[in-house]
Amino acid sequence: MILFALIAVLFFGGIAAWFSERWSPDAPRWISLLILAVEALLVFLQYSIIDPVDYMTAGGFTAWIADLKWLWIPRFGISFHLAMDGLSLLLITLTVFLGFMAVSSSWSEIRNRQGFFFFNLLFCLAGTVGVFLAVDLFLFFFFWEVMIIPMYFLISIWGHEKRTAAAIKFFIFTQVSGLLMLLAIVTLALIYRGNTGIYSFDYFDLLETTLAPDIAYWLMLGFFIAFTVKLPSVPFHTWLPDAHTQAPTGGSVILAGVMLKTGAYGLLRFVIPLFPEAAHQFAPVAMTLGAVSVLYAAVMAFAQSDLKRLIAYTSVSHMGFILLGIFSWNLLALQGSVVTMLAHGISASALFMIAGALQQRLHTREMGNMGGLWAKIPQLSAMTLFFAIASLGLPGLGNFIGEFLVLLGAFKVNVVLTVLSALVLILAPVYALIVLQKAFYGPLQQSYQLSDFGRRERLSMMLLVLSTIWLGLHPQTVLNVAEPSLQQAMNCCQGIEQ
Amino acid sequence: MINLLWLLPLFPLIGFLILALTGEKLSKPAVAWVGVGSVGLSALLTAFIGAEFLAGNRDSYQVVLGSWMAVGDFSVNFGLYLDALSVTMLFVVTGVGFLIHLYSAGFMEADAGYARFFAYMNLFVFAMLVLVLADNLVMLYLGWEGVGLGSYLLIGFWYQNPDNGYAARKAFVMTRVGDTSMALGLILLFTHLHTLDIQSLMLDAVNQWDAGTQLPVVAAALLLGGALGKSAQLPLQTWLPDAMAGPTPVSALIHAATMVTAGVYLIARTHELFILAPPVQFAVSLIGAATLLLAGCSALVQTDIKRILAYSTISQIGYMFLALGVGAWSAAIFHLLMHSFFKALLFLAAGVVIYCFHHEHNIFKMGGFRKAMPVAFWSFLIGGSALAALPFTSGYYSKDEILLAAFAVSPGLWAAGCLGALITGIYSFRLVFVVFFGPQRAEVKEVIGWRMILPLVVLCMLALFGGILSVLQIPLESVFQLPVEGGEHHGFSFVRVVTIAGPITGLAIAVLFYLTGTFSTQRLNAVHWLKLLQQFWFSGWGLDSFYNALLVRPFKRIAELNKNDVVDSAYLGIAQISMGFHYLASASQTGRLRWYAASMGFGAAVIIAIGLLS
Repeated sequence: MILFALIAVLFFGGIAAWFSERWSPDAPRWISLLILAVEALLVFLQYSIIDPVDYMTAGGFTAWIADLKWLWIPRFGISFHLAMDGLSLLLITLTVFLGFMAVSSSWSEIRNRQGFFFFNLLFCLAGTVGVFLAVDLFLFFFFWEVMIIPMYFLISIWGHEKRTAAAIKFFIFTQVSGLLMLLAIVTLALIYRGNTGIYSFDYFDLLETTLAPDIAYWLMLGFFIAFTVKLPSVPFHTWLPDAHTQAPTGGSVILAGVMLKTGAYGLLRFVIPLFPEAAHQFAPVAMTLGAVSVLYAAVMAFAQSDLKRLIAYTSVSHMGFILLGIFSWNLLALQGSVVTMLAHGISASALFMIAGALQQRLHTREMGNMGGLWAKIPQLSAMTLFFAIASLGLPGLGNFIGEFLVLLGAFKVNVVLTVLSALVLILAPVYALIVLQKAFYGPLQQSYQLSDFGRRERLSMMLLVLSTIWLGLHPQTVLNVAEPSLQQAMNCCQGIEQ
Repeated sequence: MINLLWLLPLFPLIGFLILALTGEKLSKPAVAWVGVGSVGLSALLTAFIGAEFLAGNRDSYQVVLGSWMAVGDFSVNFGLYLDALSVTMLFVVTGVGFLIHLYSAGFMEADAGYARFFAYMNLFVFAMLVLVLADNLVMLYLGWEGVGLGSYLLIGFWYQNPDNGYAARKAFVMTRVGDTSMALGLILLFTHLHTLDIQSLMLDAVNQWDAGTQLPVVAAALLLGGALGKSAQLPLQTWLPDAMAGPTPVSALIHAATMVTAGVYLIARTHELFILAPPVQFAVSLIGAATLLLAGCSALVQTDIKRILAYSTISQIGYMFLALGVGAWSAAIFHLLMHSFFKALLFLAAGVVIYCFHHEHNIFKMGGFRKAMPVAFWSFLIGGSALAALPFTSGYYSKDEILLAAFAVSPGLWAAGCLGALITGIYSFRLVFVVFFGPQRAEVKEVIGWRMILPLVVLCMLALFGGILSVLQIPLESVFQLPVEGGEHHGFSFVRVVTIAGPITGLAIAVLFYLTGTFSTQRLNAVHWLKLLQQFWFSGWGLDSFYNALLVRPFKRIAELNKNDVVDSAYLGIAQISMGFHYLASASQTGRLRWYAASMGFGAAVIIAIGLLS
C-alpha cells in the first residue's frame, strides 16, 4: 500500500496545490512542502520495512522489498503492478530529496501562476516515482509520459527567453524515442502471446520470453534509444543544453537530478535483463557511446559561456560514465553507476540552483558578464567551488566514488575504452575551474549590489553539501541498499557473461 | 601515544572546518590561534609519537579507523600506517609546516582574506597528512588529490589577478595529467592483485610477478606518471615556476617542503614495485638527472627571486629522483628531509625580502641588502650554502650520499649530478651576491615580528646542522631492508674529491662573476648564441610554448569552433527540411480558384494515368 501512496500523495497533492492558489497565491508552495514531507515520511517508512517479498522468491527474485498488483485492463494482461527493490528505493529517495530542493529553489523565483507551477512540479515527481516503481511495461510507459508533459509546461511557461523552442525540442526528442519504446513493448507482448497464448505486459512474465536473436536485437534497440535519449548520450544529447538553459531553476533541478536517471534506470532495469544476449552483443557499441559522451561533452562544456549550458554539458559527460558502467555489467561498475546517479543528481542540482540564484541576482547567465563575485558573495562562491570540485571528481566526495568504481569495473571488460574515459579526469578540471575563474575570480566587473545566500538557500546548500560528503565518505549505506538488486539483475543474465 | 595517531590529521581538519564555517567573522588573532594552533598541536603530537617510535623497536604500526567502501572483493578502509618513512614525512609536514604557519601569521596579517588563507593552509596540511599516513593507495590518492586542491586554492589565493588564476589552473590540470596516470595504475594493480592495501600489495607483487615482466613495468610506469606530475619532473614540470604566483609561505610549504616531494614519497613507498620494473627504475634516474640539469640551467638565468628558487626546487627533486632511480632509497628521503629545511628557509627569507621591499621580485632591483636586512641575509647565506651543498651543511650530507650511490650504478649519472652541483653552486650564490652584496640599490628596512623571525632562526639551525643531528638520523633501513648505499667510498678517492669540488667551484665562479666583478655577464651576453641560449633557458627550455602550440591552443580552437555542437546541426537540418515542406505546402494554398481547378485537373489526370498504366 505504501507503494500506491508514494504515487498518490504526489498526484493528489499536485491537484491540491493547484486549487489552493484560490485561497492564497503563496499557498501552493507551502502545500507542496507539506506533500513532500508526507512523501519523505513514506519513504522513511519503507526503509524500516525492508523484508523480501515472499511469493516472488519462488521465481528467484529475492531483492524485491515491496509489491502491489491490481488489475487494470485484464483483457490485454495489463495490470497496475508496482514493485520496489533497493535500486528503486534509492532513486525515489533522491527524487523526494531533490523535490524539496526544487521547491526551495522555486520559492521566490516563481511569481506568476504558482498553483499551476507546483501542480506541474508535483506531477512530474509523481510520474518519476511511478517510473521507478512500475513493473508492468504498459504502466511504465504511462508514467514515462506522465513525467514528460508537466516538464514541457514547466519549461514552456516559466522558462526564459527561448522557452518555447526549447520545450518543443525536449518534447519531440522524448516523444519520438518514447514511440520507439512503445513499439518495442507492444511487439514484445505480442511475441509473448505468440509463445504462451496469453497477453501480458508484466515485467516478470516478459523476462521469460524466448526471442529470436535478431528480433531481440531490434527490440533492445527500441528500448535503448528511448533510454539513451533520456540519459542523454551522444548523439541524442542536443535537447538537454537547450532545455536546461531555458528551464526555470526548479525544472532544471528535477530534469538533471531525477529525470535523466530514469534513462539510466531503464537501461539497468529493462534493456539488459529483458534482452541479455542482444545487450551483451551490443555492449561494445554502448560503451563506446558512453566513452564518447564522457569526452565530447567535457570538451563542449569547456567551450560554453552560458553557465547553465555548461552545467548541462557536464551532465552529459557524467551520464556517459553511467552508460559505460551499466554495459560493463559487473558488480563494481554497476555500483559505480548507481553511486554516480545519486552523486550527479545532487551535485548537478546544486550547480543549477547556484546558476539560478546567480541569474535571479544578476539577470544573466553569461559568465562573460560576471567576474570577481567572490568579494561580494563569498558564501555562494564557496558553494560553487565545492560543487565544482565535486563534479571534477575529487576523492572524498560522491562523484569520485561513482566514477572510480565504474572505471574499476569497466577496466575488466574493456581496457581501451576505460583508459579513454579516464582522460576526462584531465578535462574535468579544465571546464570546472574555468567557471570559478570567469564568474568568481578576477577583478569585479560592475559595482553590484548583491545579497549573498539567504537562510533558505543556505539550508538547501548545506543539505546538498552534507549528502555529497556522505556519499563520498560512507558510500556503503547506498552500496548495501543497491547490492541485492544489482546482484539479482546480474543473476538473470549470468549465462552470457563471458 | 602511537594510538593517538588518528588525531594527527584531525587537528588541521578541525581547524579548517572552524575557519571555513566562520569565514572572516573571527578576529585576526583568533584566526591565527586556530590556524597555527591546529598545526602546532599536530606538530607536538608528532614529536611525541616520533620519539616513542624511534625509542621503541620501530615496528610498523597499522590502524584501521573504519571502512570506506566494499564492493565484492574490492574493499578499502580508512587506515593509517606508520613506519620510519612516514615518521620522516610527518616531521616535515607538521614540523616545517608549523614553522611556516607561524611565519604566515605575521606575513599575511594585513591581508583581507586572513581566515580564508589559514583555512586553505589547514586543509592542505590535513590532506598531506592523509597522504603520508594512508595505508592503502585509494586513501593515499585522496590525500594526493587533496593536496592538489590545496595547492590550486593557494596559488590562486589572490584571485583578483587573473594571472594567478591561470597559474593555479595550470598547476591543477598539469598535475591532474599525472594523477590520471596514477589512478589508472591503481586500477591496474587492483585488477591483477585484488588489493590496494600498500603492504599486502607490495608483498603480492613481489610474490606473484617476475622482475621486468610487462605488468610490473606498466604499473610502475603509471605510478611514475603520477609522481612526475606532483613532483614537477620532466616533462610535467612547467607548472611549478608559475605556481610562485601564490603567497610566499605557500611556496615554502607546498611548492618546496611538502607537496612537491609527494612523488618521491610515492616511489619510496612502493619501491618494491619499482625494483620489479628495472626499465622504469632506470627511467626514474634518467628523468631525475635530466631534470636537475635542465632546471639548474633555467635557475641560472632567472631574475625573479621566487622563480630562481622554484627552478632550484625542481632541480633538487631531480636529485631525489636520481637517488630513487639508483636504488638509494634512504638517500632520497634524507635529501627530501634536508631539502625541506633549507628550501623552506630560503623561501621564507625571500618572503622577508619581498615583504619589506614592496612586493618586488626582481633581484636586479635589489642589491646590498646585507646590512639593512640582517635576518634575511644570514638566512639566505645559510640556506644558499646548504642548497649548494657546501661541506658540513645539511645539503652536503644528503647530496654526497646520492652522488656516491649514483656513481656505484653509473658514472654518467654521477657526472650529471656533479655538473648539477656545480650549477647549483653558481645560481645559489648568484642570488645571494646580487641581492645582498654590492652597492645598496634601494632604501629598505627589515621590520618583521618574532613570528617571522623565530621560524627563520630554527630553520637556519636545521639547515646548518640537520645533517649531523642524531635525532634526524631516522633508521630508514627498517623500511627499505637495504644496507646504507655508497658506504664503500669513504676515503680520499678521485670520485669524492670531484663530488666535493663541484659546489665549491660553483661558488668560486659566482664570486668571480657577481661579487668581485672579475668577469662580467655583459661580455657573455654580447655573444649572440649565448644570448639565445640564455633566453631559451629563461623560458624553461621552451616547453611552455611547445605545450601551448601542441595541446592548449588546438584544444581551445576545437572547442571554440564546435561551440554550437555539430551534432545539433543534424537535428536542425531535419527541422529545416520539415520547414521546407511546410513552405512548399503552404505555397500551394494561394486562394486562386484557377490554380485549384488546374491542380485538381492535373491530379485527376495523373490518377487516371496510373490507373490505366498499372
